[in-house]
Amino acid sequence: MIRWLMWTLGGLLLGGIVHLATVLAMPQAATQDAYSRLVPVAPVNRMTLLPAPTPEVSILPFMDPAFAAGVCRYDLSTGSIKLNAPVSEAYTSVTFYTRNSIAYYAINDRAAGRRAIELDLMTAAEHAQIPEEEDVTAADRLIIDSPTITGIIVLRALAPEPGLMPMARRALVAAQCHIEPVH
Amino acid sequence: MRLLFGSFFTFMLAAAIGLGATWLSLTRGVAFGSMTIGAWTAWPKSGSQNIDPYAHATIVRSGELPVGIGDGVAFYARTDNAGNYFDGRCTFTVSGMTPPARYWTVTLYNMEGGLVANTIDRHGFTSEEIVRNADGAFTITVAPLARPGNWLPTGGIERFVLVWRLYDTPIGVATTTMKEGPMPAVARKGCS
Repeated sequence: MIRWLMWTLGGLLLGGIVHLATVLAMPQAATQDAYSRLVPVAPVNRMTLLPAPTPEVSILPFMDPAFAAGVCRYDLSTGSIKLNAPVSEAYTSVTFYTRNSIAYYAINDRAAGRRAIELDLMTAAEHAQIPEEEDVTAADRLIIDSPTITGIIVLRALAPEPGLMPMARRALVAAQCHIEPVH
Repeated sequence: MRLLFGSFFTFMLAAAIGLGATWLSLTRGVAFGSMTIGAWTAWPKSGSQNIDPYAHATIVRSGELPVGIGDGVAFYARTDNAGNYFDGRCTFTVSGMTPPARYWTVTLYNMEGGLVANTIDRHGFTSEEIVRNADGAFTITVAPLARPGNWLPTGGIERFVLVWRLYDTPIGVATTTMKEGPMPAVARKGCS
């Protein structure tokens, strides 16, 4: 009896370990995460306007249909990313996600405080290599450190009413995301 | 022989409990650091690097990209204030006020996060297009058949989710009291 109690206790403990391990391994094991879903539609280091979600097709689940959305699937292995997004008339935001869908930075038009959101994205290692004086002259450009080499930038522009969707999409078409080789 | 049976039993038990708990926590949407106001629950930390492992696992499994903390916060509701699950064959009202935000949107999704087909092609409202009373409060009628005023069609599906997104809002990780966030009340008005 005692012996079976011990086996059960061991099973419970081991079960707890299995549970924690599978939860922690999920981000690496998931095949239908946002990045994987965007691979077929969004080329690397370019801004791509996403089709609006419809009842039939939605590239990602839980997309906000009131927003026009553009994605830049980035790869920082050959340089840094320069993002330039003119703000739309209503509300514009930029959110940076790691390869594993963690939102590590987000900024909206009002916080950016200008007519365009201009950002440089690079790895922390590359940021550290920028000479200090250059960092000062470039101070008006916000530099974001990406925790991962690859990831996703999502640009969102609000259409306060459905008739304004073309306006929101136009603002996104003008946005640019391009790689600047390491010098 | 006893050892073999014993260890086999232990491993089977471990696999059943471990995988079962993982499946349950990911399908039920377990996450820590939630903020609940009435029928609405938000996980502000899910929009930051401090996302907890359960919320992270849920997100990568669904394929969703959470709203970043510098962008806004998303509140999810699966039931009304009384705890009745949202049924697309019933009528629900969503009424009251919202916390301060530059803009907000409310959207109806099926359980997989897809939009629901309906005759007027409406999937939600924004703060700009909603029809309000004189005092600024509003009522949205979520129902399968057309209603006067702010009608949000359910398409008659069995289960749905409402997501309330506040953009450019002071509501977030630092919000501790419900007073800062008066979320609209949700009530069931009957089923067809």
